[in-house]
Parts: sequence; structure tokens; C-alpha cells
Amino acid sequence: MSENEVRKLILDIIHDIAPDEDLSDVKSDVRLRDQLDLDSMDFLDIVMELRKRHQIEVPEEDYMELSTLDGCVAYLSPKFA
Amino acid sequence: MTKDRDIQIGEAGGILAPPAVTAPSVLRERRKTLVSPKRLEGLAPSYDLIVVGSGLAGLTAANRVARQGQRVLLLEQHYNFGGLATWFKRQNGHIFDISLHGFPVGMIKTCRKYWTKEIADSIVQLKSIRFDNPQFSLQTTFDREDFTRILVEHFGIQAEVVASFFDTLRGMNFYDDQRLTTRALFQRFFPGRTDVWRLLMEPIAYANGSTLDDPAITYGIVFSNFMSKGVYTFQGGTDQLIKAMKAELVHNGVDIRNYAQVEQILVEPEGEGPPRCVGVVANGVRIPAKAVVSNANIKNTVFKLVGAEHFSPEYAAEAEGVRMNSASTQVYLGIREGETLPFVGDLFFTSSAPEFDSEALCALECTSRTFSFYYPEIRPGSERYAVVASINSNYRDWADMSDEAYQHHKEKYAREAIDVLDGYVPGIAQKIDHVEVATPRTFEFFTQHAQATSFGTKFEGLKVSQELPKHVQGLFHAGSVGIIMSGWLGAANYGVIVANEVDRYLLGLTKPTAGAREESAHV
Repeated sequence: MSENEVRKLILDIIHDIAPDEDLSDVKSDVRLRDQLDLDSMDFLDIVMELRKRHQIEVPEEDYMELSTLDGCVAYLSPKFA
Repeated sequence: MTKDRDIQIGEAGGILAPPAVTAPSVLRERRKTLVSPKRLEGLAPSYDLIVVGSGLAGLTAANRVARQGQRVLLLEQHYNFGGLATWFKRQNGHIFDISLHGFPVGMIKTCRKYWTKEIADSIVQLKSIRFDNPQFSLQTTFDREDFTRILVEHFGIQAEVVASFFDTLRGMNFYDDQRLTTRALFQRFFPGRTDVWRLLMEPIAYANGSTLDDPAITYGIVFSNFMSKGVYTFQGGTDQLIKAMKAELVHNGVDIRNYAQVEQILVEPEGEGPPRCVGVVANGVRIPAKAVVSNANIKNTVFKLVGAEHFSPEYAAEAEGVRMNSASTQVYLGIREGETLPFVGDLFFTSSAPEFDSEALCALECTSRTFSFYYPEIRPGSERYAVVASINSNYRDWADMSDEAYQHHKEKYAREAIDVLDGYVPGIAQKIDHVEVATPRTFEFFTQHAQATSFGTKFEGLKVSQELPKHVQGLFHAGSVGIIMSGWLGAANYGVIVANEVDRYLLGLTKPTAGAREESAHV
């Protein structure tokens, strides 16, 4: 899966979790919670959706890796390989 | 509706209430026939998850796990689902809500994400929160902006101090020093200002039973949740909320059963590791499951449903040491059909105590009560009014009373509540045609909570709750614990946090050493 595809899949999940957020201009290198109205419960939802949709498990100690879109892509891409 | 009338929170012997149908002694008899294996006919042979108890944590955990595609069974011992998010109906069209007013704005997002948009869209703000006590009398929308105005203009606190206080609270997290008490926090920002302490603490004491001597972080997290945008309630009433939640559970394939009394959580030895949970026994019926979430009180879970012998002595001792929060007494005042009340506020914190005092707040000699006013708008289409007085109580004060003293105190509580209310709403006493009192004994009967707690456990209960799966594989606890995870929002979000653990466990992804997830306490 290409990095762009991983990126899109993450944004799809965020869109479903936070349908009111405008995702057209999300900056890749800025913390998601600093540009979107996301809290710790939302990140829990992202982890559960990754498990449900893509059978990918993100252990708790790796939650930090998901803080930016770039981080998500870097962390998740190898798991889709 | 007539069906509902049989089983209600409440007791015989209110001043005006007809005694008969709702007395625990009567209900106890009725339960003997209703809590039967027949209630559990038609169940699947086994489940991925059984949820024991349908408080907001149990309901939300069940729904969240079901949405992940797991097969879920939800068992509730009472007639109604919802735990303390409940209500009861009485003759002459009265409906009383137990805990509807109010919760923080975060409940909208939680309901939208974990329930339905329709439920979330029915949540509305309570506009008028009032205080009256020997130190001050005021009205507020109970948010940061309005509290800042009040603290500066009414209490003469410097704006910078107020801002610094709020910022400190917002920045609090689970890893902060847990030895700092709320009292010490208040003393740091508002030294000697017991009037300010009262403004800040009294509502939270009614929201989660906490005291000045509990860890400041529990105060900071809960108070900040409220201060973000004020106090909210569910338009339609608790009955409509729970009805909508039940429909959503069924929609997501959850089997739900009431009058299903779980007697035992089944565990089996598992080699060298901790024992494994394999199901429950309810109404005498063994129901296998890969995982169980207990939404029962944490102590009941460990000692009554599982049994201390299945735990290490250290964990059992830690669970034994968990202190319960205070219990509640409520006086339900129904307004006669056709009568109206002026708008006098939604929540009204009243007290005759000279200063805020956590012990006095719960004392049998009652000086402080919170009135929740329910206007017709709460149930669109209705024209009825009701007032519920809530009082924090010590379980032991009520549990140890003689029957005569018990009756005497119930009547005294009802009379005093009406007298105080009549001072604020002159003439209301003549408009009341139903009076009923629920005491810690009543709550104990209906909720089965240890010591009738209405706000779960003190802070240490959170750790015991979170560590349960380390001691019995596949057994989780979600419910009112640690003060933080109490109230509607805390309980519902804790249900979601635990649902994530359950989901991971069911997919075989839990590492044997998985520990408590402490950072998840930021809700």
C-alpha cells in the first residue's frame, strides 16, 4: 500500500470519528490534536477502527506514533506491507 | 406504562405516597418469581462478551464491543436498564428522574460517537444554576466565563488568580502528584476564602461525592469538564434516553435481558498464569462467554461474583481497602396536574451550614440539599412539573437505624425539603400531591451497590478496577470508580475505554503482561 493510500485510510477513519471536522487542509507534520478537535477518546477510536477495518493492532506504548499524519504513515505503512 | 409501575426505585411510606406496590419487601417477593431461568430463554449457546449490569458504563461497553462485530449479552438485575440513570413513574402521571440534571458538554460527543446522533441531538443546556447559603446567593451558567465574572465581581478575586486557577485545573493529569488534596489546591489559590471553596466544591460534591480531602486531580478533571461549557441534560427524560439506547443495542445485535441476576462470574485455572473467565451464572443458568465486563460495584465483583479465593492475597487486600463514596437520599415532590411553577432555576444548591463542610454535607442532621427542577420542557408534550431534592448521606447512618427511626427520618427529610423549597417558591407546598423518599437503604436494594454508594469508589478504586484483567484473564470492570470515572460522562467513557481492552482480548492481541492503562483516565 502506498503512503498516499495509508494517509487516505487514516483520514477516512478520522472523518468517521469526527464528521464535523474539515479535513481538506490537515498538515502532515503538525500534531493532529493541535489542528483538529480530537481528544484521547478519539485516539482510542482510531486504534479500534484500525483493528476492525485493517486488523492492525497498535499497542499502547506506540500511541505516540500516531500523533501526526506523517507519524501515522511512517508507523502504519510497514504494517500494510 | 402500567407494566413499569410495578417495579420502581422508591419505597413505601412517603408522607402522601400510597405504600403498597413499591416497598422493597413487596418487590423482594415479586423478584423471586421474576428472576427465573425463564428470563434467559432464547439466548445463544455462548457469547463473546457478557456485560453484567446496565449502568451507563455497561451499556456503552456493550454497544461499543457489539459494533466491533462481537456477540454480546447484557444482563441487568433490575427491571429498568440504565443503573442510576433511571426514573420511576407514579399514579396521577408523575415521572421522577433520579440523576438527569446534569452532566458536562462532553456527553454530546460521547453519545454521538458511541450511541446515535438522535441521542446526542437531544442533549440541551441547563441555563440556570443557583446557590443560596449563609455565605452567598447567586445564579450562574456554570462555565468558566461566568465563574470568572462571579469570582472577580462578587468575590473580589483578582482576574489573574482566577485565570491561573482554571489553567492549572485544565493542565492537571493523572500523573500529577496524587497527594495534593483539593483543600490544599484551594488554599493555594484562595487562602482562607471558604466562601470561594464552597462555590467551587459544593456542586462537585453532589456530582461525584468527592470531598476537600480527595486528590485534587479528581476535582480538577471533573470540574474542568463542567466548566468547559456548563451543565447539560437530556430532553425527553431518562426514560426516553434509555429506550433509545436499548433500541440501539438491539439494532447492533446485543441480546439484552432484565430481571437477570448474575450470581457468579465463572473462572477456571489456566496453567501457570492467572485464571481465565469463562462465563457467568445468572438466574441459576450457566452462560458461557469468552469475556465478561462487570458493571457491578467493584467490591461486589471481586468478592461476591468471583470470590476472593481466585485472587492473590495482595490484590484481594487492595480491593478490600477500596473506600466507597457517599450514598444519597432523595425526596421526590410531584406537582399536581394542572398546577404550574415559575422558572426558578434548574439546579439549586441550598445550605444552611455556615461553611462548606464535607462531613456536614452527609450528616443525618441535614443542612444541605440540591433541588433539581423538572419543567414540562424536559418532556416535550408534557405539562407536568417535578422537583427532586438530593442529599448526600452516610450509608451507616441509615443502615443501622431501627424501623421506627427510619420512618421518622424519612418523614423528617420530606417535611424539611418541602419547607425549604416553600421558602424559595412560596405556595409550592399546596401544589404538591405526591411525596416520596428514597434513602441509602432504597438505593442499596435497587442498585446492590456496596454501602449503597451513588458515586462509586474513592480514588484507589480506579487502580483495582483497571488491574482486574491482570488477575483474571478475560474479566474486566467498567463502572463508577476513582471519582474521575463517575457521573454520566465518566461512566460512559470508561465503558468505551474498557471496550477497547475487551476487543483486543477477544482478538487474542492482549499481551500477558498488559497492565493498567492509567493515561486513559483523562476523560
